Order: sequence, then C-alpha cells, then structure tokens
Amino acid sequence: MKKVVVPLGPYHPLFEEPEYFELYCDGETVVDIEWKAGYNHRGIEKLSESKHWDQVTFLVERICGICSTSHPIAYCNAVEDLLKIDIPERAKYIRSIIGELERLHSHLLWVGLAGHFLGYNTVFMWAWKYREPILDIMEMITGNRNHYAMMKIGGVRRDIDNGDIDIIKKILGELKPKLEMLTGSVIDDPVLAARLKGVGVLTAQDIKDYGAVGPIARASGVDIDVRRDSPHAAYDLVEWKVITCQDGDVFSKAVVRLLECFESIKIIEQCLERLKKVKGEIAIEIREIPPGEGIGHYEAPRGECFHYVRSDGSSRPVRHKIRAPSYVNIPTFKTSCVGETIADVTIILAGVDPCYCCTERAITVYDANTRKKLFNGRDLITLSQEKTKKLKKRLGIKDE
Amino acid sequence: MAIDLKTKALKKSLFVFHLSTGSCNNCDIEILDCLTPRFDVERFGIVLVGSVKHADVLLVTGIGTTKNANRIKLLYQQMPKPGFVVAIGACACTGGIFRDGYTMSGPIDTIIPVDVYIPGCPPKPEAMIAGIVRLLERIK
Repeated sequence: MKKVVVPLGPYHPLFEEPEYFELYCDGETVVDIEWKAGYNHRGIEKLSESKHWDQVTFLVERICGICSTSHPIAYCNAVEDLLKIDIPERAKYIRSIIGELERLHSHLLWVGLAGHFLGYNTVFMWAWKYREPILDIMEMITGNRNHYAMMKIGGVRRDIDNGDIDIIKKILGELKPKLEMLTGSVIDDPVLAARLKGVGVLTAQDIKDYGAVGPIARASGVDIDVRRDSPHAAYDLVEWKVITCQDGDVFSKAVVRLLECFESIKIIEQCLERLKKVKGEIAIEIREIPPGEGIGHYEAPRGECFHYVRSDGSSRPVRHKIRAPSYVNIPTFKTSCVGETIADVTIILAGVDPCYCCTERAITVYDANTRKKLFNGRDLITLSQEKTKKLKKRLGIKDE
Repeated sequence: MAIDLKTKALKKSLFVFHLSTGSCNNCDIEILDCLTPRFDVERFGIVLVGSVKHADVLLVTGIGTTKNANRIKLLYQQMPKPGFVVAIGACACTGGIFRDGYTMSGPIDTIIPVDVYIPGCPPKPEAMIAGIVRLLERIK
C-alpha cells in the first residue's frame, strides 16, 4: 500500500504549542499517526528538587497555564498525604471554588478552540467572550487572571472576602443563561452534529486499554472522576453529579464538557453559600516536612492529575513525580484517528484537549564519567526490544 | 532600530506571528485573548497570521528550549525584514522560574535580537497592547 506522509508542525497555525505529528495517509484516509514531543520540555521534575517545599507550589503552577491550579492542588494533596494532616474547612471550600472556576474557564476555552478548528468562528468568539467574566472573578479574588498562586501546603494563601461573595454570585448568575444559550446552540446545530457525530469514536474498552482519563473517558461511558472517587477539598461536602455520555465521539466530548460547566457553577454556588457561615483559619502552619512519601490526585479539567513526592526531612523534595492527564490521553490518537479523513483529524486531535506543556518528557542516558550522550529515547526502545528477543532465545521461545 | 521608509510603512497594520518556544501556554492564551471580543486588536489592524513569511512582528513566548533554539533562529531568518521581535512573558524576557533548568537555552534575546520586552507572568492583554503601542510609537 502506498502511503503519503503529511507532517503537521512543529510550528503550525493550528497549534498553540509546538508539537509534531506525522499522518500516514492512503488517499484521504489516515492509516497511522506518529507523534514526536519534547519541544516544550522544561525539566520541571528536576527543577523541583532544587526548590524549597513552598516554592515548588509556584513551580508546578507553571507546568500549564490553563490548568494552573490543578497541579498545585495535586501537589499540596501529596504533601498533606505525607504529613497526614487535614486542612481547615474554610480552606477546603476555597480550594474547590478556585478549582471549579478554573474548570469553567478551561472548558469554555476548549469549546471556543474546537469551534475555531471547525471553521465556526462565532462559537470561538462567543465562548471566549463568556470566559472573560470568570477571569474577572479570578482577578478580583486572587489578583491575577491566570496563575492564581492560591494554594499552599496546609491550606490556601489568600482568603475570599465575604463581601465579594455576592458579587461573584451575581457574575455567575449572569453567566448561566449565556452558557445555556451556548450549550443549546452547539447541541442543536445541524452542521456541528454532522461534523462531530460518529467522528473519532473511542469505545469504553479503548479507554481502559489506553488508561485514558477525564472528559474523554466520561464521554465513552467510563464513569471515573477523582473528585468523587477519592474525595478531597470540599467535593464530598456539596451536591453534584458526574456527567457521562455513551457514544465516545467528539460530539459527546463536547457535550460532557459543556454540561460539566453547569455542575461547576452548582459546586461554586454551594461552596460560596457555606463560606458565609464557616469561620476560622485558612491554613495550618507547617514548620517542617518529615521523611516519608505521599501521593496526591486532582481531577484537572483534562483528567486525573497525579503527583508523588518523597522527603528525606530536608527543606526540599528528594523526588517529585508528576503525571499530567494529557500524557495518557494523547496515545488514544492511535485508535481514534486511524480510518478517518485528514479533514477530521484536526478536530479529533483537538477533541482530547491535549496540553503539551503538561506532558513533555525527555529521555536521554548519559555516561556518568564523561557526560557523553549514550542513548536517546528511540535507542532505548530498540535496546529493550533486543533484550526481549535475547531472553526469548534463551528461554527457547520462537518469534511470532 | 534603524527607521527607514520600509519600516515606516509597517505602522498602519501589523501582522503578527505567534511563536511558543517552551512556555506554559498562559502567555499564548492571553495573546489569543487579545483577538477576542473584549480586547479585539483587529480594530487596529493587528492580525494573527499562519505563516512567519507573512509576518511583520514575531511574538515569542517561553524559555527557548534546547530543542527549539535552532528552530527559533530558522523562523527568524524566514521572517521578511524589516521585522520586529517581541518577547512576551517573564520566561521569554529572563527565563523566569525555569532559568536554572537543564533544557534552558534562552532567554530569547540570547538566541535572536529582541526589540520589545513585555514582562509579567502572564502579562495582561492590556500590557501586551501597550507593548505593541510602544513599538508603533518607535516606528513613527
């Protein structure tokens, strides 16, 4: 079979970030897809080992600008797991409020970009217009439109003034009808339905095979959500439900994200109401971190975000492991893109809401004495495959 | 910045190309935000273009990772001259929180010449517009 390779990237008008895809095409149909990464790799796990426990909160915030409070919450959860402490109730509500406001702005951003990729610039402009009031709320309560710096080990850094609560509620109340209008116009639109329904389908089995998380998994009928399954912050104190769809196509992914926005508003409104009554500290003072290890999860807008920290009792983490949701979601392209046309690939790629700055990895093995490069990632894979072959030969198993 | 006739011709409508070189995405979404209804820089003739060969201004965000450094140089060479480079965000200006990282080969002004610096993490859309206005004033 003849194959044509269509390269996308690393700098392509479609992408916000540098990334590189190779589409192997037979005519209009995509038969395989290859993904090369590393353009955004900044070595955050290593940098984290050179920073103070408190400084790492600011560092992990800068892993990703869109889910910029998910990583700090997951990191704080990890350190609090190590310390075996529970944060004050007021801090719990504030964490949930910031987390859900972020989810709102991230999902609206995705809806806008997806509309833009489909040539529906009206959706792009609408969604981004309705996103602005959320950023205004953020600026009012945290002091910055993005990168909120609200999380702190043992609680939160800044309190939400009770006087602001009514203003936030008013802005959210105004947002709701606009969001309903946007959701209605996306779900009922015949053109969008024709473009998105049945495109890039992932079955529940695919999701389990790849270990995909977040709205993608929920759009395929896999009912997982860290907020419910491993409760933290105030998610077990308020009423809300996990949204799932059964079809697994891009349309379901859009519907899941849009409906999640309403759940987010519901959570924020309940948290704000409780915040008026709950008084007390917003953070516990932590004097030192004892030796030990801890893990933390958080349901970022793109899926489960996982942090692992190990301490030896010093002022810095000895090891800090981060697994961002896009890392497991991106390989699903291998299934969802194959068999589709080139024109549909862009929206399938966008449907995952991939975040490359969260995900970038670099693998290189250096010689310890000479600092000479020995292998890169590809060599390591070849090496591993050769080893399997050798083992097979030794055990007397024939190659298939 | 030498100001000749060609440069003066640029002041009417700036075409910008956005180049992310290892940023956290935040400056990038704030650049896009400038194009959306609240700020809408297209009113002033500023348009985001898809190819660097159509651009007058290169908006660079991020630290300039080792893997990207050569590509930044290549893209700068492909940009028609006279053209300007704007470094957006703390990472592009100084390296920010990532300056000690092992993949850092920036800040951007060590890779390509920079005309305007817009600091902030991320700079607000207003700050970006103010930066571009400064650039326009210098052209005039």
